[in-house]
Amino acid sequence: MFDLDRWQEIFQTLSKNKLRTALSGFTISFAILLFTLLFGVGNGLKHTFEKQFAGDAQNSVYVYSGRTTKPFKGLQSGRRIQFRNDDMKFINGKYEDKIQFFSPNIQRNMQVIYKGEQNRYTVRGVYPDYQPLESAVIEEGRFLTYLDLERRSKVVAIGKLVEKDLFGNRNGLGKNLNIEGISYKIVGVFSDPGGDNEERFIYTPFTTIQGMYKPNDELDYIGFTFNPNLTVDQALSFTNNLTKQLKEKHSVDPRDQGAIRVRNYAEGTKNVEQFMSVLNIIILFIGIGTLVAGIIGISNIMVYIVKERTKELGIRKALGATPKSIVGMIMLESIFVTAIAGYSGLLLGVFTLKWIGDSLEKYFILNPSVETYVVVGATIVLVIAGTIAGYIPAKRAAGIKPIVALNDE
Amino acid sequence: MIKIEKLHKSYPIGKDSLHVLKGLDLHIKEGEFVSIMGSSGSGKSTLLNIVGLLDNHDSGKYYLNGQLIENLDEKKAAILRNKFLGFVFQSFNLIAYKTAVENVALPLYYQGMGRKERQIVAMQYLEKVGLTDWANHLPSELSGGQKQRVAIARALVTKPKVVLADEPTGALDSTTSESVMELLKEINREGMTVFVITHEEDIAEQTNRIVRLKDGIIISDEKTAQKINI
Repeated sequence: MFDLDRWQEIFQTLSKNKLRTALSGFTISFAILLFTLLFGVGNGLKHTFEKQFAGDAQNSVYVYSGRTTKPFKGLQSGRRIQFRNDDMKFINGKYEDKIQFFSPNIQRNMQVIYKGEQNRYTVRGVYPDYQPLESAVIEEGRFLTYLDLERRSKVVAIGKLVEKDLFGNRNGLGKNLNIEGISYKIVGVFSDPGGDNEERFIYTPFTTIQGMYKPNDELDYIGFTFNPNLTVDQALSFTNNLTKQLKEKHSVDPRDQGAIRVRNYAEGTKNVEQFMSVLNIIILFIGIGTLVAGIIGISNIMVYIVKERTKELGIRKALGATPKSIVGMIMLESIFVTAIAGYSGLLLGVFTLKWIGDSLEKYFILNPSVETYVVVGATIVLVIAGTIAGYIPAKRAAGIKPIVALNDE
Repeated sequence: MIKIEKLHKSYPIGKDSLHVLKGLDLHIKEGEFVSIMGSSGSGKSTLLNIVGLLDNHDSGKYYLNGQLIENLDEKKAAILRNKFLGFVFQSFNLIAYKTAVENVALPLYYQGMGRKERQIVAMQYLEKVGLTDWANHLPSELSGGQKQRVAIARALVTKPKVVLADEPTGALDSTTSESVMELLKEINREGMTVFVITHEEDIAEQTNRIVRLKDGIIISDEKTAQKINI
């Protein structure tokens, strides 16, 4: 019920007791402001981590082979495991639905010459799918194609820095490179978000390099990305199964960590997610702590205010105020002050976060912000706390005999 | 107007209790101007608090305006106080952050009267106590006598049946005391029952009837030479 007279009485009380009003308002505003800022900064940290780890191909898996470290089924340790084309078929056949992009890899460090310039580079024989796997970006020309693969074409896609090393400022596209005495045509130049090292690779069709440098159908390692619809846990169990089956296929002790190694970036993702959830808990803890501090603050002030007003309340009672009207007055004042103060603290906090914006990026705080429902919820909690904190002493003050209240000094 | 029979009141002090009023009988008729005399500790303030419904009694009977007062909760007491009683205190008890006219209007607020009407009625009573020009001053800007006159205006504004004054001149010098007493006498002449507590002989002399209390017992109850106004 809106009672204009009652509100006028309350406005007068509040405006005539500015210090008191300001103190209780400040407590609430400050609590909400701190809450908003802490939450916002915490979210900023989260945003930074999300950005750091979102750019990479989070679903990529690499399968390497090495030497066995344990004897198994009569085979000695120290045996070299060699992947062959049938391993490719084995993986593809078993897990076709779980694999998105797939490429085997043969890589060698080779002497590369263009006219007077020469240097050593890592040359990788791959499938066209290797491009999304590495998240390489074609700047000029094209990447390798399945036609190149089929024809065993002597073509290469070179990194931007290779072009810069060998051609300077000139354009390398369409020129022929001499790699260990054989001439390859440059069909594309790529850049890579992974940085300088990744831009010093040269990619050539897998079949071309296998035919020339491997005795038969050997290959070095296999890379693929799993279906992005898989959850982290599904992806991990997928690669665990894969490892087990490959070990079985190559007669490797299941506990042998050296012979077949599967590197799954999902594990990293999982770590990041765990870190994020710890960060979330810390933020939540800080937020709750701030709120509790605010609640205690407003409770103290409400108790003090009611105590200070005991005599005034006694006078009002002597003049005919009922206990209900006394309690109502104090509660309405309290709700009004905490709501207004809470809202202004909220606005101040949100605007401060906006103003900070991305200026703290070097401290790993990116776009600090708070979800509206969180701060509004926090404000409501404080308003309720302030109301309860006002109600208890108000109820007591309203219950004491007016003569006791009047004698209070 | 006020009828008291065998009124007892004691206050607990630790494990013991202090018996303050020991079976008082008192009858005050409408339009009387009564003073209660007594040294401190005689129980006169306790009597006024009970009569004023600011405190409750232990045993005995108390009729206010013919109504037996018993088992009052705070709400009923508040309504009765608002309707029948006006208070004047020694320490004025004005609300510090309200102006004179706002203080006077406050009992009307608790009666549920509208703001504009309150203002008009409060101004009429301020005029009656001669403080029209001070209506918008805070209590801190008023002299003691002016404050007490504001308090009297506030006591009268609800047109109560009885005005209860607890040492109304206790904090005032003799000249100011005189003017406050004149005001109370004038109110009484207009027909209001006035009940004054004092320990000053010359104040009591100005009322129609003096009741002397000692150690919680009435030791004398006599009419004064003042013209009786019934």
